[in-house]
This record gives sequence, structure tokens and C-alpha cells, in this order.
Amino acid sequence: MRATAPQHPSVNGKSLLRFLTCGSVDDGKSTLIGRLLYDTKLIFDDQLATLEKDSKKHGTTGEEIDFALLVDGLEAEREQGITIDVAYRFFTTDKRSFIVADTPGHEQYTRNMATGASNSDAAVILIDARKGVLTQTKRHSYICALLGIRHVVVAVNKIDLMGYSRQVFEHIVEDYRAFAAALGFASITPIPISARYGDNVTTRSASMDWYQGPTLLDWLEDIDVDTDLAAKPLRLPIQWVNRPNLDFRGFSGTIVSGAVRPGDKVVVASSAKESRVKRIVTFDGDLAEARAGEAVTLTLEDEIDIARGDVITLTTERPEVTDQFAAHVLWMADEAMLPERQYLMRIGCRYVPARITALKHKVDVNTLQHLAGKTLELNEIGFCNVSTATAVAIDPYVDNRDTGAFILIDRFTNATVGAGMIDFGLRRATNVHRQDLSVNKAARSRIKGHKPAVLWFTGLSGSGKSTIANIIEQKLNARGIHTYMLDGDNLRHGLNRDLGFTDADRVENIRRVGEVAKLFTDAGVVVLCSFISPFRAERRMVRELMAEGEFVEIFVDTPIEECMRRDPKGLYARAKEGKIKNFTGIDSPYEPPELAEITVHSHHTGAEAAATRILDYLEASGIV
Amino acid sequence: MTKRALEQPSAAARPSPLSAHLRRLEAESIAIIREVAAEFAHPVMLYSIGKDSGVMLHLAAKAFYPSKLPFPLLHVDTTWKFRDMIRHRDQIAERYGAKLLVYVNEEGLARGVNPIASGSSLHTQVMKTEALKKALDTFGFDAAFGGARRDEEKSRAKERIFSFRAAGHVWDPRNQRPELWRLYNTKIRQGESIRVFPLSNWTELDIWEYTRAENIPVVPLYFAAPRPVVNRNGLLIMRDDDRLPLLPGEREEIRKVRFRSLGCYPLSAAIESNAETLDDIIAEMRASRTSERQGRLIDTDEAASMEKKKREGYF
Repeated sequence: MRATAPQHPSVNGKSLLRFLTCGSVDDGKSTLIGRLLYDTKLIFDDQLATLEKDSKKHGTTGEEIDFALLVDGLEAEREQGITIDVAYRFFTTDKRSFIVADTPGHEQYTRNMATGASNSDAAVILIDARKGVLTQTKRHSYICALLGIRHVVVAVNKIDLMGYSRQVFEHIVEDYRAFAAALGFASITPIPISARYGDNVTTRSASMDWYQGPTLLDWLEDIDVDTDLAAKPLRLPIQWVNRPNLDFRGFSGTIVSGAVRPGDKVVVASSAKESRVKRIVTFDGDLAEARAGEAVTLTLEDEIDIARGDVITLTTERPEVTDQFAAHVLWMADEAMLPERQYLMRIGCRYVPARITALKHKVDVNTLQHLAGKTLELNEIGFCNVSTATAVAIDPYVDNRDTGAFILIDRFTNATVGAGMIDFGLRRATNVHRQDLSVNKAARSRIKGHKPAVLWFTGLSGSGKSTIANIIEQKLNARGIHTYMLDGDNLRHGLNRDLGFTDADRVENIRRVGEVAKLFTDAGVVVLCSFISPFRAERRMVRELMAEGEFVEIFVDTPIEECMRRDPKGLYARAKEGKIKNFTGIDSPYEPPELAEITVHSHHTGAEAAATRILDYLEASGIV
Repeated sequence: MTKRALEQPSAAARPSPLSAHLRRLEAESIAIIREVAAEFAHPVMLYSIGKDSGVMLHLAAKAFYPSKLPFPLLHVDTTWKFRDMIRHRDQIAERYGAKLLVYVNEEGLARGVNPIASGSSLHTQVMKTEALKKALDTFGFDAAFGGARRDEEKSRAKERIFSFRAAGHVWDPRNQRPELWRLYNTKIRQGESIRVFPLSNWTELDIWEYTRAENIPVVPLYFAAPRPVVNRNGLLIMRDDDRLPLLPGEREEIRKVRFRSLGCYPLSAAIESNAETLDDIIAEMRASRTSERQGRLIDTDEAASMEKKKREGYF
């Protein structure tokens, strides 16, 4: 990464702050913005006259001016006295320019609140001094954190109605901090204010000697949210291919992070095609360098194939390219999110079909607890595995908002139904450009005369997995079917020699097994995998590596008492003595499968009968 | 100027470099404009001849350089525009090498709809809103750029940058698509369309400062000059031709006036001003205590009138 110069000083010396106001209904968000516009002289005389007229008609403040009417621009909003949609307002002081997103407090409009947060660098979270921290306060704080806002003001509003009480303020602040500790904000600044009367908004309150901190405007003018995007790795999503004539082929887009110069060695992230930058073309002349935020057109030294949606980066700063990743998704439609349903994803300048393959958990935004769930309803947030039809270049959202965010679009109505923030890629190996080989899985399968499959035996230690798997492998071999057995012991002596038995190592163990099994299925082989594999998530991860119908999960459901009685390797005895840590069933959990293709009770039926049942299944499903 | 220079305007001679603020706005707008060219089959840029349209067109020229504009300009002519505006329009189209379409609602003309006899509301409805919808349908445009800014009016502050229109051009302000990050949803079905507002985050002052920095030509009516006006209900209306009859007791007088906002001449009130240059205009604006739409007669007809017009398909 190259060193970068300080941010360009602007001619008028001002930086821009984009922030949002949020909080529960009636906490006074719109009033606060009206107050800020009024106090910074951004309201014109004719607007003030209209406001006075409107205040008498719709206002909720009696004879006084209702500042909320300045921003609640929709008829329905003025009639109901609430904010429905996000409004953007601009104001400026001698120090800074501001774009403020005024967002709705009602739970049903949470998606509009998230919209405001997605383009903001700071948040003013209002709390009504009479009501304290409410559900919506927590919801909005969580969404702010999720969308990457790092600095917040907790504006305890209507403090005038509580007699400007220090105790009330401090009590609310204490409550808020207790809740927000888990959200990881870089800074939380509490300020007691009265938006209606202007206390501590732009001018210091005469009624609160006990408060020594900044006014809201002081904070907004001084808060440092600069993330030096130009210092990050180069990401240039291509928007439009610029071809005025046969002699010019340019790639137009806005640099979302990093910087680029003529001569730089660049690469198209998804195809791994490389070239060098020839020119950086703009209407105002060629540039010697272009940086984050600039809309430019590049020409390259070589004729390589680049289309809209590709991401250009430096060869030394490549993003991950993957078709599977984990992400937090906020659902924004009345119709629930369904796993495996195909949506259209927009990420950067690319549209790609995508599915949510697994909802790992939902987040209860009030308690931040993880909840189990199958679907996401309107305004719910879930942690999901996402699979795209073709591999895309991604960065974690915390590193880059532009390459780490996506929206999901309903394929029928074209409505925007979900917003996602990428946590991490699930298949790091795809950083390596895969070779397209002409002899493929189908071709290999054809000469074998059977389909590949993974028979995944899961169950407690001593449940009889390996015994049953051995019987099946013998029978398949006798029928001329190509098989291979992977079991915990043989892999742990070689490939996985470096792994222990902590939860993290167990996950990695299974991931490697999954990848090995996948190579075997690619070779056309029926793979028998015999692993305790106690966690559902990892079994699901392996399942998702395979093609539809290829993964057969077999639950060898032997009660722990029976396994302990058998104890073929003496492991239970040693675990009970505390000589083995993290032993499944003793001091580490086993999560039984919910949707196994086959469940066998070999302790009742015997291993031979269990094997027969499994073979019947393989025949019925056309694998052998 | 050579013909080439006419076709490809360049800002090489501009007086001052752009501030960081204007560069930010410029880059954001260029990205929005490129997005439309990349995603839509038949986009069009609504060109209303005013200062905002001038900036929008200039930004489009920058967005596609060295290519030409990949879409035409459309002017919906009510036949009541200032003559200076029409002259300016034709010069600008040539200067930027743009294809210009002019659409007049002939049916409205035949019905005799005009701003004086029919009133501002009906005239705007028929000759602007309906005319626009007919033009978009006639040419089959699926995306239309407009120069509206969020600081102009409070219902505009609520509108998306990519604003979805159902078939029939209807805007449903309560059911807008969430617009997160810069991930604009450009997907529509047959008959639906998108209105796109690349200047959403600009203010009136930004427009003037950018116009000055980039040497963008504007209609001379923005600069103060002695002009023939009548004082009607406290508003100064310029008699651009003799279609505006004098009412009893009214008389035409010459005053030094300019316009902050341009539309149909009988519906655009002038302000008294000495601002003869862009510097003067910017200085005047900084000191101003009234908003630019104050002189627009169509906005004050009824409460929430802009939202109502927008729902019906007005830009």
C-alpha cells in the first residue's frame, strides 16, 4: 500500500459530515433538525412564513413554531405528525458542510432509517428525557453500529420538561452505556438538549450549569470521522465501458478506495487478467493520479476483456473473489425472506442471482441475543450464508462499504427487499483463479457408471459410524462402485495433524474434510465420511459445498449410555476422569441433525440392517 | 471557435479550481449519470434551460468524455417560455453536440390552454405534466433525468435519487424503494420508468459556484438588466411579448430586475437586483433571506402543492 498525502484541503476550507438523526417516535428528531436549520440561518423568510401558517394548521406546539413541519415534507406526514420517510437536508457553518438524514422512528419504517444510516458517518440518537432508553433507541443504535457508524451523540431531548435535571440525564446515560457497550462504537457523547428551545443545540444552555461538554453543533463541527479511503487498497468498480470509436476503449467508474497512477499494474478481480494503466482520462485532461471518490476513465496497455461490474484493482491489493460468503442481512419487505429462494443481488456495479443458503441466526435487536429462525420477516436482521451464481469480488463491510455491501431485489416485483453487509468469504480458495478443465465431473462420472456422492456419517464416538461405513464400502466395492473412506483417525494422522479438539479446530477439521470430499466427488467417487462432526453449522457447510442431492447425511443415532458402555477405544473413561478435554457428549455438545437424509438406530437393528437401509436409499435416489 | 471546440466544450479556461465540496458533488453526479446510461435502454435528459439543467448537462458531458452523450435532451415547451430561453436552448444543444427533442402538447394548444386565461394550475397540468408524460410515452423512454434538488422544496427532500414510477408515471411517496449506499435499484418492468435526480444533493449556491468555476453558459435573464415589467399582486412579471395583456390600472415600467428561477414568463416573478455577474449573484444569494421558489407562482396555489404535482407526474 502506498503512502498517501493528507486529505486535499478544500478551497473554502470545509469538510463534509453526513449524519443522521434517529430515535423513537416523538423524541423530537424533526424538531431538532428544524432547530439546527433555523439557528444556522438556513431557513428563508418565505419558508418561515409558510411554517408559521402550517404550524397553526397542523402544528403540535400551540401558538409556537413547530419546527418539525419544516422537514416532514409529505402530506401524510404532516397530517399524522410523524416522519415516514428519510429526508435529506443540507446546512453549513463556517467550519463544515452537513448533510443530515432525518429518519423515521416508527418500527414499521425501520428500513428507511437504515437507508439514512447507510450513507452517514455519524449519528445523533435522540432520547426523550421523560421516557429514557426505549426499544426503538436500542434498535436504531444497533442498526447504526451494523451499518458501520462509529461515532454517536446521545441527545437527551426535552430535558426542559424534566426541570433540566442532572440526575435524569445521568441516569439515562448510564442506561444507554450499559446497553451500547456491546455495540462497539468508537465514541459515545451524551448531550442534554431541548430542541424546542434550543438549549445546547447551537448555543450553550443557560439552565444547565452542570453540563460542561460540547453543544451538539460543537460536536458536529469537530468530530473526526475521516477514514482515509485513499490509503486503502484500490477498488474501481467499472460502471460503463467508454467506446467513442475503434481507437479508444476506456473503463469508466468511481474509485471507491485507494489510488491509481498511469503505469500501475492492475488486475480484473474476477478474471485475474492483468494489464497496466495507460491513461487516466477526464474531461478536464489526463490525471497523474486518481484517488478514492473520483469519477474517472482508465485506458489500459492491453486489450483485455472488462465489462460493467468488474472490479479493477492493483495486482498487489486483490480482493477476495468468491461465490459464498457470510453476511448480516436486514430484511425490508413484507414478504419474508426464504432460504434458497433466488433473488437478484446488486453488489457494486454488478447484478448477480443469489440465494441465502442458510440463516445461521437472527438478531434480537433489543437484547442483541441470537435467535434461531428459518426466515426473516420485515425489519428483522439475520446472519446468513449467501451464495451467488457467479463469483464476485468482495471485501468485508468493515473494511469497505462499497465492496462489502449489497442489496437484494425481488425477481418478480423488482422491489428492494434486503440489504446486506458482508462479514467474510466462505471459500478462501477461490482467491486462486480456477482453471476450467475440459474433462469435468460429468465426464468422469459417465465412465464410472454411477454418480458421485458423499455419505456423511455423524454421531457420537462409539456410535458405530465406522462399522456401518465399512460394511457399505465392502458392498459398494463388490458392485464395482468406486469408493473412498475418509475417517477422523486417518485424516488426523496426516492432513489434519496440526489440529486439536477446540471448537475452532473442530470447525477447521470438518472444513478440510469437506474440501477433500469435494475433490473426490469431482473425481466421480462415492466418498464415505465418518466423523463425529458435532455442529450443525459445519455439516451444513459441507453440504453446501456439494451439488444438489450429492450430500447424504446419515445420523447414527446411538444413545450416549450405549456408546459409553461400548467405549471401544476407552475414550469415555478417560474423558470422565478429565484426561481428555472437549470430549463430545461429556464436556462438549453434540447437535443432532434436523434434516438428515437417513437416521439409523443400529443399536436396535444391528449394523448390517442399517447398512442395507442406506444402500436402499442410494439405489432409490439413483446414485448407484 | 472551431467546430471541434464547439462540439467538445472544455473547461480549460476556467478561472478557479473546484473546491473539495464541488468536486465531491461532481463525482457523485457523474456516477449517477453513468449508471443510467449503463442500465437503461432508452434514457433521456429533461432539459429545462435553467441553471440546474445547464449544470446537469455539463456533468453529463464530463461523465461520458470522450464519448458524446449517449442519450438525447428533451425540452417540454409550453410555448410560454421567455424568448431568451429558447435561444439559449438551441445554442447549448449545439455547443454540447447533443440531440435535442422539443415536445409541445399540441392537443392542449388546440384546446387553447394558456397560463393567462386558464390559470397557472391548469396550464401547468396540461402543458407541463401531461405534456411530459405524453412525450415520455411517445418516445418510449424508460429513464428520465431531472435537475431537481432536495434543497428546493420539502417533498423533494424526501425523494430518492432513482425514483420509481409505476405505469402511468405515478409516484407513490409512501412506498418508495429503500435506497441504501450507492446501490441504486435500476430494475423495472415494461411500462414502468425511473426518474433520476443527479443534482439531489446540490444546493442553489452550489449550482452557482459550480457554474462560475466551470464557465457554464446561463440564460441572460439570470443577470440584472433593465426590463419591462408589470407589478401584479406585488409580483414583478416581465412582458416578454404582447400575449400578456395589461389589466386595468396596470402599466408597464422599466426596472432593473433578474430571475432566480425560470419557467413560463407569465408565471415567473422577477426580483429587483443589481447582480450583473456570477460573482454578484453569488454575493446576493449569500445575503438573501428568501428561497428561490418564492417567485414561482405554481407552488403557492395550495398547501403541499409540489407533492401533489409530483404524484401526478410533474418533475
